[in-house]
Amino acid sequence: MNWTLALPEIVLAVSGLVILAAGVLMRKDEAFLPSATLSVAAMIVSGFLVATSSSGVGYGDVFVVDAFARFIKLLVIAGGVASITLSIGYSDGKNALPFETPILMLFSTLGAMIMASSANLMTLFVGLELSSLSIYILCAIERDRVEAAEAGLKYFILGSLASGLLLYGASLAYGFAGTMEFAPIAVEINGAGALPVGLVIGVVFIVVGLAFKLSAVPFHMWTPDVYQGSPTPVTAFMAGAPKFAAFALILRVMMGPFGAMSPRWQLLIEAISALSMLFGALAAIPQRDIKRLMAYSSIGHMGYAMMGLAAATPVGTRGTLVYLTTYLVMNVGVFGVISAMRRRGREVTTIADLAGLGRTNPAMAMVMAICMFSMIGVPPLAGFFGKFMVFGAAWNAGLYGLVAVGALSAVIGAFYYLRVVKVVYFDASAAPFDKPAPSIAFVSAAMGLATVLFLLALGPVSEAAGAAAKALVG
Amino acid sequence: MNDAFAQIGLGPFLTVGAALLVLGVFGIFLNRKNIIIIMMSMELILLAANINLVAFSAALGDLSGQVLTVFVLTIAAAEAAIGLAILTVYFRNRGSIQVEDVALMKG
Repeated sequence: MNWTLALPEIVLAVSGLVILAAGVLMRKDEAFLPSATLSVAAMIVSGFLVATSSSGVGYGDVFVVDAFARFIKLLVIAGGVASITLSIGYSDGKNALPFETPILMLFSTLGAMIMASSANLMTLFVGLELSSLSIYILCAIERDRVEAAEAGLKYFILGSLASGLLLYGASLAYGFAGTMEFAPIAVEINGAGALPVGLVIGVVFIVVGLAFKLSAVPFHMWTPDVYQGSPTPVTAFMAGAPKFAAFALILRVMMGPFGAMSPRWQLLIEAISALSMLFGALAAIPQRDIKRLMAYSSIGHMGYAMMGLAAATPVGTRGTLVYLTTYLVMNVGVFGVISAMRRRGREVTTIADLAGLGRTNPAMAMVMAICMFSMIGVPPLAGFFGKFMVFGAAWNAGLYGLVAVGALSAVIGAFYYLRVVKVVYFDASAAPFDKPAPSIAFVSAAMGLATVLFLLALGPVSEAAGAAAKALVG
Repeated sequence: MNDAFAQIGLGPFLTVGAALLVLGVFGIFLNRKNIIIIMMSMELILLAANINLVAFSAALGDLSGQVLTVFVLTIAAAEAAIGLAILTVYFRNRGSIQVEDVALMKG
């Protein structure tokens, strides 16, 4: 048996435990910086191991490593590293976070990586829970803020309901397919003439549980409150790692075992995608809080990313993966700017607080404007390429209605993104923000730059995404 | 599969599981009072899945269902601990655990 398959995960898990033990031994107010630095280092090492790992299936067929798992894991790790770096800057000053914050982000990333590699319902559930349980704690980690406690409580209740339903679905799928492994389930589905009803119900429950983690439309109600109440670096994290992992599973299940019966689920995914895009665009318009705005924006973006899945082709899967990459880059850029919104050490989060940022801090304003234009999908920026690829895939698959809905909601969405740009550049200046912490300035500048220069990386990224899609469809 | 199980069959076990699931879901959505009750309902949902898993495992003569059940028990314990911790933090800030009070953020 090839035990090195899970080496990146093993390294991450062991370093997480070691950092936790070291943090406990240090003085409380000094432990944050070392634990954050070490967590970032551990994640970078693990990312390196992922990039150089070989493909295969191991541990009694419960764990699979292929080009697709590698792609998702690298995305997840990138999101985790960026969020931990943001949390370093966010944490000095008054709103100090406890030293467990980066470690919990590390464990959540680990759970997401296990999900991306799962080839078995058991691995799927354990990975999902490791990732979710860490995030429940992260939401409420600012113990003295009532909004944070409320966000944690809401996410905990709805999140565990979703995991419970997913587990129930997994139990039905296990019973009616007779096995927990994805590959034999695929054989069962493709071989039998009529599908057992229990299996179909089970898979529907599993998709519902994953759609909840994605905050796709019928299961989105938690998103705005949780995004608004959680500490900003945690919100940035939530918009990344867990969503990529949930997408990884939906893609793996739908394009793998259920790939042959795509006409039967395409309509469902189309509906979720169209509703998410429209809802994300319309509900964001009246928002006053920038974090809430980003929550609705993320619901919309998940809709666009799902468009590639609705196409049910390898090209569509490639589009989805490229879309997720561009989403990671521009989203972290925006949250970098939001983390820097402080006046005299106090966090402010309304859109009106950004007024006149173009004069008081031109660099931050520039990053904000670049990311907003990229989220609209203006051509030379990152967001354009993601949108272009999913729209193209959906068009080629003949989903003209979905493309029309997507174009419509992109136009509606442009309104609220442009409003932020207008407030930043043309409104009368509010008081300037505090000087951003170096790590926050670094992350926002890097992501702004990456958004502008994504064109240069497009070739390798889309090639890797293409290889990942190929590994999935087989 | 042992004889006693074969005599009863899978049906009653699945029925109990489904009943527990429905009770749990309704406990979450119909309950307008106390958050502790919501957490109890969540445990019911996990137990419903456990009953299914054990029953299927016995019927199929395959151990993996029971292995997952042990994992689920552990995870349920962790989940309850985290849930109660968050609830304590919430109570300290807000002074109440009524469901209707959890509405600070809206829109």
